[in-house]
Amino acid sequence: MATLIAKRLGLMLFTMVIVSLILFLLLDTNLAGDPAARVLGQFASADQKSLWLAQHGYNDPLMTRYFHWVSGFVQGDLGESNRYRAPVADILGPRLWNTAILGFWTFAIMIPLSLLFGILSGMCEGSKLDRTLSVISIVTTSVPEFASSVFFAAIFVFGLKWLPGTSGMAEGFDWVQMVLPVMVLVVYGFGYVARMTRASMAEVMTAQYIRTAILKGLPYKTVILRHALRNALIAPFTVIMLQINWLLSGVIVVEFFFAYKGFGALLLEASLNNDVALLEACAMVAVVVAVTTQTLADIGYTYLNPRIRFS
Amino acid sequence: MNTKNSQAPILECKDLCISYYTRAGEIPAVVDFSLTLFPGETVGIVGESGCGKSTVAMAIMQYMGANGGIKSGSITFKGQNMTHMSEEELRQIRGSEIAMIYQEPFASLNPSVKISTQLIEVPMAHEGISAKEAWQRALQVLKDVKLPDPERVMNAYPHQISGGQQQRVVIAMGLLSNPSLLLLDEPTTALDVTVEAGIVKLIADISKKYGTSQIYISHNLGLILETCDRVFVMYSGEVVEEGSIDSLFSRPRHPYTHGLFACIPLPTADKNAAPLRPIRGQLPLPHERPQGCYYGPRCDHFIAATCDGEHIMMAPVEGSAANHRVRCARWREIEHDRVIPEGIGEQPVAVGEYILEVDKLQKYYEVRDNSLKALLSGKRIRHIKANEELNFRARKGETVAIVGESGCGKSTFAKVLMGLETSTNGEIRHNGVEISEIAVRDRSNKQVSSLQMIFQNPFDTLNPSHTIGSQISRVISKFGGKTEKGKIREKVMNLLDIVKLPRDFYYRKPRQLSGGQKQRIGIARAFAGKPSMVIADEPVSALDVSVAAAVTELLMDIQREQKTTLLFISHDLSVVRYLSDRIVVMYLGQILERGSTEEIFSPPYHPYTEALLSAIPIADPKVTKREIVLEGNLPSVMNPPKGCPFCTRCPRHIGAICDNEVPPVQQVNGRHFIKCHISLDELAQVEEVIHVPSKAERQQTVHPTQ
Amino acid sequence: MATATQTTITADSYGSAFMRGLKSFALLRESWVGMIGAAIILFWILVALLAPWLAPFEPNASIQPFARPGTVSAAGATFWLGTDHLGRDILSRIMWGTRTVLFYAPLATLVAYTVGILMGLAAGYRGGWIDDVLSRISDIILSFPVLVLYIIIIGVIGASGINIIIAITFASSPGIMRIVRGLVLDLRNRDYVAAAQTRGESDWRIMLVEILPNARGPLIVDACLRLGYVIITIGVLGFLGLGLPPPDPDWGGMVNETRHMAIAFPYMVLAPSFAISSLILGFNLLADGLREIAIRD
Repeated sequence: MATLIAKRLGLMLFTMVIVSLILFLLLDTNLAGDPAARVLGQFASADQKSLWLAQHGYNDPLMTRYFHWVSGFVQGDLGESNRYRAPVADILGPRLWNTAILGFWTFAIMIPLSLLFGILSGMCEGSKLDRTLSVISIVTTSVPEFASSVFFAAIFVFGLKWLPGTSGMAEGFDWVQMVLPVMVLVVYGFGYVARMTRASMAEVMTAQYIRTAILKGLPYKTVILRHALRNALIAPFTVIMLQINWLLSGVIVVEFFFAYKGFGALLLEASLNNDVALLEACAMVAVVVAVTTQTLADIGYTYLNPRIRFS
Repeated sequence: MNTKNSQAPILECKDLCISYYTRAGEIPAVVDFSLTLFPGETVGIVGESGCGKSTVAMAIMQYMGANGGIKSGSITFKGQNMTHMSEEELRQIRGSEIAMIYQEPFASLNPSVKISTQLIEVPMAHEGISAKEAWQRALQVLKDVKLPDPERVMNAYPHQISGGQQQRVVIAMGLLSNPSLLLLDEPTTALDVTVEAGIVKLIADISKKYGTSQIYISHNLGLILETCDRVFVMYSGEVVEEGSIDSLFSRPRHPYTHGLFACIPLPTADKNAAPLRPIRGQLPLPHERPQGCYYGPRCDHFIAATCDGEHIMMAPVEGSAANHRVRCARWREIEHDRVIPEGIGEQPVAVGEYILEVDKLQKYYEVRDNSLKALLSGKRIRHIKANEELNFRARKGETVAIVGESGCGKSTFAKVLMGLETSTNGEIRHNGVEISEIAVRDRSNKQVSSLQMIFQNPFDTLNPSHTIGSQISRVISKFGGKTEKGKIREKVMNLLDIVKLPRDFYYRKPRQLSGGQKQRIGIARAFAGKPSMVIADEPVSALDVSVAAAVTELLMDIQREQKTTLLFISHDLSVVRYLSDRIVVMYLGQILERGSTEEIFSPPYHPYTEALLSAIPIADPKVTKREIVLEGNLPSVMNPPKGCPFCTRCPRHIGAICDNEVPPVQQVNGRHFIKCHISLDELAQVEEVIHVPSKAERQQTVHPTQ
Repeated sequence: MATATQTTITADSYGSAFMRGLKSFALLRESWVGMIGAAIILFWILVALLAPWLAPFEPNASIQPFARPGTVSAAGATFWLGTDHLGRDILSRIMWGTRTVLFYAPLATLVAYTVGILMGLAAGYRGGWIDDVLSRISDIILSFPVLVLYIIIIGVIGASGINIIIAITFASSPGIMRIVRGLVLDLRNRDYVAAAQTRGESDWRIMLVEILPNARGPLIVDACLRLGYVIITIGVLGFLGLGLPPPDPDWGGMVNETRHMAIAFPYMVLAPSFAISSLILGFNLLADGLREIAIRD
């Protein structure tokens, strides 16, 4: 077990190093074009530009620059944003916090809902509830986030006029503005997690050890709670952890659509504006979050599964 | 036994009809089933797959799934009709009054719940006793089922104990609330033979000690004989014959029962003296059962009008003891000869020069140990000795059997021989050429074609995506040197004729074939390139007895015809005894004994061979066996004992020398070798394990010998 | 119903590709979910094929800005779904947009599948260092949140049709590889593979003839789901302004261009959103139907 965790952590570190190298090579060398021109303006002289490049270390060998960037990143110095003319860390912090709030509420609503529906319909495979859930989840996973944003906006903003169409939160945090973004993310993710839970539960319910438990004469409640759920929730746990990776994609669309000032919108903005330092930092943060949750998912999976834990 | 009849029966099934309801309509799984079980009695239900024997067990438990149901008839347990019970009433009976033991112990235990929890919850749910009390009781029952170190087992998860131990835990679980009826559904099928012998003994002891009534379901007549008082033979959803063990085994009345016996190799028979007599045809599908007698189309005694008229009812066999009944319209007229005719068989094949010579063959696998301990000690690479010093030879036309339980290295040897793996050390000479270090892709086309293989699992042996014709054609175009489409096709048709399948199978896909038919195609494919040697890896172990007999016979016929050397890998000594000329006994990667079939089956034995022989279930009440039950588990190949591999379980263990020193290979005579520390003189003193009565003894007595 | 299936299966034994196709269709008939999915897909395929004849207007022609649905144009034709801010007929743009999506999505999926299957076969069958390297690479690619990956790739190589195909191949072939590898790891231990090995067949023949055909069931289902997902991706990229360059119609792009006017003119964004959702729904329903049939067999 200890070696397994050590191995996973090592792998996580390895992945992050490789990803950082790839990001650096892709973004800081090619995409940037002439960074000096963008910072100093079109009419800066060649001398000014080369001086600026030298000052900011662009003339150093690639590896030196990479190590400089990485060591800065580890220490929290993420460089300077061209667009905002401010340290990236200062911009990124509040944006990440906003996205964390969005993600928290999405998960807080989506997970219990989808687990409940998944378990219930997995318990009674083929029932009305099961079929309804299966249709609902196919439909919801078929609607891309931008399309469901449009549909919900059409109903609640243009039609019923209950909710605001943007979530910019210009006058501070506002609950009402959170509703639509959370709704869109919950609807898209719900179907998938519920389906996975259902499949896992349905499989466990046909397992022979469930038959054993029933034929031991145990009360149905004990069969479900002690024998079925413990095995059925192992797979959804991993799925839920990996949903965080999916959420990082989802927030980009939703934040863009509702003008929510979060991390996803910032990343997209950085990309559209060739803001290299900002894009690098955003992408790196996204990967760190994704890889960390994936590692946690793996470790958690081995912990939940005694067949691996004690082998 | 007769005194029991005065008591009230524990269980009574009356005219039970069970059906499954599918999209295709109603499928009658069991028809007209009646059974009365008295306290302390053990009843066996025997039949091939699809005969409905497990359905009966599930119906008794009232656990039929969503699409099954009892159509008519009743099940009465201790005077209460179970078919009318509510879920809650059933729950109180299940586990406390009726307990069940399953085929696959590992699948029956919850993988993520500790064994202690799975045990103590039974009495806690039924008797409301405290966890502490339940714990004590569970510990006691674990001791009763002879589990070593019960405390450790209690705290373990199911995957941490061996298959035999898991089955003992499941049995303990069944016994915890002291039920009056135990249902055992093929409880030993998933286990190794020597482990099986221990479980069978345990089950027999339980019924004596606890006085529990048992229903024992099995496909193996030999096991039924060893465990039961009465037996029901099922065919295609109905009982065709029932009776006491004695009566039914010594004079089976139904042609199907009789046919079953003729399909099982007995220690009295071998392939040349008395070939098996397979039952022709196959089991009808439930919705295609014929009129009248379901067995009619396969029966040698079938007479139109008598057998295909009305449904035939069970009728008592007059003059027979213990309620012997049979479902046959002609049982009075048919005279079954239980004694197998002798001397009508084939001549033994004259054996020729050595085709295969295995010389000091070793195959080690390297495994990386990734545990923290191994990392720290630096011993990261360990060797698994899958084959250690194998020596044996096979002649042209000879059948050599390799016998052993799981992990003995027989499959590894097959892989090295076929070139799927290369050896670590030593030699294999095939037709005089060293091949052990040549991988199959480096062997010449001729070498490859002269060494072919028949595989174990019929559902796996053929590629489901391609037609039968294209799969055999591929072999012919690769080995036969033929390129012309018409000629290849003709050759395939010939092969289909040889394996006795219709030519129309050329166009079929594997999923349209039954298991036996697939195995025949597997044989056709192996023999398509005219090999000089064929390796058969448990080719019939997954088939039903009647089908297995036919496939075995076919294999023998083709081998005899083509004078092919056959290397037969098996765990089943009765099949091996039947068809092989020579036997190699393996255990944990080593050969413990090798010799001709007669030599292996008579003393001197290696102590392991002795135990293996004792573990053969024999479906003949007149044959007697000496009982040897091995203690403990098969050691892991990862961690074998230092001295003799068998030292941990050997009943003839003679001291530290067994544990510490590798035993010498002693030559008994000619080609008979035993690897043991015990002297040959001493081993020769041992009494024979299986006693087959002589002809005179056999005719004289009808008394049970068990 | 059951007997009908029975006869088709026997017919298949004299198997031509045509009969096999017929059989698949007959099986699909037994799943109404799959049938609905197939019908939706068929509808959009017809729309794509017939767009030049069905579309009432030129898709890029600026005719009459902000015309509400049902407005009759000067020429007498009706803007059934209205026009956008540049005066282009939305219905015609959706019809022509079908061509874009039904060209790029299957093509990208096909390319991604080819790469993924080859990688998966190599990793699963050969194992060893090939497996290690390929698995590590795919782990790294899959560790990116997928849209972040698309944004970076498109950001680096630019937005164009071919680049979208490259990006989709790059981002989704690791997932396909994992599925194929898993299937191969299971299938390569089958006895028929051992039989082929003991005949001395080449690795390529074993991978392509013995193993791959038996993996097709789960792969077809996955391909349907993935096709749906690729359509989402193309739509989302368009919506984020990273899709095909204007002015050619593209459903995601249409939402992007008009989303600021959505409060006043919701029909501009609703129509393309409906179009893309229904097409994806079609593929997901078809996948579900196919899976149901596969389980039943």
